[in-house]
Amino acid sequence: MALTNETIKDRLQAKFGDQLYGFEEPYGLLTFEAPKDLNLKVMQFLYDDEELRFQFLTDLCAVHYPDKAGRELAVVYHLHNLVDNVRIRFKVFTPVAQPDVFTATQLYSSANWMERETFDFYGVNFVGHPNLKRILNVDEMEYFPMRKEFPLEDQTRIDKDDAMFGRGPGGLKA
Amino acid sequence: MSVEQHIKLPEGSIEKTTTTLNLGPTHPATHGVFQNILELDGERIVSAEQTVGYIHRAFEKLAERRPLYQITTLTDRLNYCSSPINNMGWHLTCEKLLGVKTPKRVDYLRIIIMELSRISDHLICNSVVGVDSGAFTGFLYVMQYRELIYEIYEEVCGSRLTTNMGRIGGFERNFNNTAFEKIEKFLAEYPGVLKEFENMFTRNRIFMERTIGAGPISAERALNYGFTGPNLRAAGVDYDVRVHSPYSSYEDFEFDIPVGQTGDCYDRFLVRNQEMWQSLRIIKDAYRKVQEFKGAEAEVFHADAPAYYLPEKKDVYTKMEALIWHFKIVMGETEIPPGEVYYSVEGGNGELGFYLISDGGRTPYRLHFRRPCFIYYQAYSELTKGAMLSDAVIVMSSLNLIAGEMDA
Repeated sequence: MALTNETIKDRLQAKFGDQLYGFEEPYGLLTFEAPKDLNLKVMQFLYDDEELRFQFLTDLCAVHYPDKAGRELAVVYHLHNLVDNVRIRFKVFTPVAQPDVFTATQLYSSANWMERETFDFYGVNFVGHPNLKRILNVDEMEYFPMRKEFPLEDQTRIDKDDAMFGRGPGGLKA
Repeated sequence: MSVEQHIKLPEGSIEKTTTTLNLGPTHPATHGVFQNILELDGERIVSAEQTVGYIHRAFEKLAERRPLYQITTLTDRLNYCSSPINNMGWHLTCEKLLGVKTPKRVDYLRIIIMELSRISDHLICNSVVGVDSGAFTGFLYVMQYRELIYEIYEEVCGSRLTTNMGRIGGFERNFNNTAFEKIEKFLAEYPGVLKEFENMFTRNRIFMERTIGAGPISAERALNYGFTGPNLRAAGVDYDVRVHSPYSSYEDFEFDIPVGQTGDCYDRFLVRNQEMWQSLRIIKDAYRKVQEFKGAEAEVFHADAPAYYLPEKKDVYTKMEALIWHFKIVMGETEIPPGEVYYSVEGGNGELGFYLISDGGRTPYRLHFRRPCFIYYQAYSELTKGAMLSDAVIVMSSLNLIAGEMDA
């Protein structure tokens, strides 16, 4: 029997009850949210369960929602069951003031660098990570650049005298 | 150490029995900007620590300020050995988000291009493995066929390396006759060349001694490390995105997924070679299918997606609607429908995924690239543990690490 989104949802709810919420299926991909203390338990269950077998971590990344007070940072996991060829996605939200989320490195070796990248750009503190330091940015960096409070430069700004690029009050100078 | 010695020497002093060697970041043997700090016991590697990020260009951040069509140029620069695959992957992601349905002819043309890029990607990887094991000839010989592939790109989109090929919904123009002629030429000549290339390496004693047993990985570890693509298949797992979640009408084609057993450099080499044969098979099939289209269908090269696909110039000058679409697209004023989509294609190195979140604005709210290189490079220190120094280089090239893809 093919593993359907309904089955996965039922198995998850049988195990975790109401703790998991926000079940959706955008473009057919089962998506749900879990409390951040439960992320490892959910992943472990998805990994070990004989029917579910989500044993491949496809992707791990974060998203910043500055307007959602108390749940500004989302860590998004994409898991894949390679036997039945089913994917799911689940998210945990964490306040930006205390961005602690348990690490998945014990379960997936691949999570190591993905979590480092997420830490590097969003400052999510993966508790228990063996080597949580910056990976793509320089070590001296003091902020987390992918957060929304660091907008890219406005292309139309005029306060900058940068004649070489045609900006500034005088426009492109000869 | 003699028992008479009383002075305690600090760590890292002459008492240290291993040597630290800094391989990279700009070492000619690493084929890209990679740094590895190797701890060596004589010539044996005790441990390796990789540093990445030398060519990080903040693509994910840049993408948050760009309309969809401008992000294509960013994807070019991920795996620059097979940029058309990245371009197509990005277009397919957008099409999924927007609900654009592409005509069959577009799908087949895309498949031709994607498989050509797969060949050029594998060709570089395998011939560079040859270079690192001391055989330069193969590398120089196959270059002319990569050149031919690049000429086909040039006919189709005008550029060669960073192609920016295609648009959301299809191609910016139809393939011209020269493109088809060159594809025919490639299909006619390349099998012979690939055969010669294989003859030179596959049963070559030196090559086998250098690659068999170098950097092996078990299927279980490979999965745990998030391997995909040829590297995973070399370890014996037949996972291929083209088959497991077919895109761009791959379900219309018949091809095999070659797998290896040991996951070492030799198996990776063989798997890539076999994949090139399979790609040839697909291209032949797709080319035949493209030729079978008759009448108006044979001229179709894009879907009907006026909000995202630039109208023809002559329509812009004569029709009001076309003018409006043209303006809105060029100025990046098209609103993207809100949604969340993950889409992946089988890139040269494995599953290339795009995780796109739109909040209804003109640019993505968040775009994350799942870059296969970045994910499997972590396994490097495990792969090289206990190996010889010379293996460190060959393992790196046989994993087909592309700095652009790793650092995004």
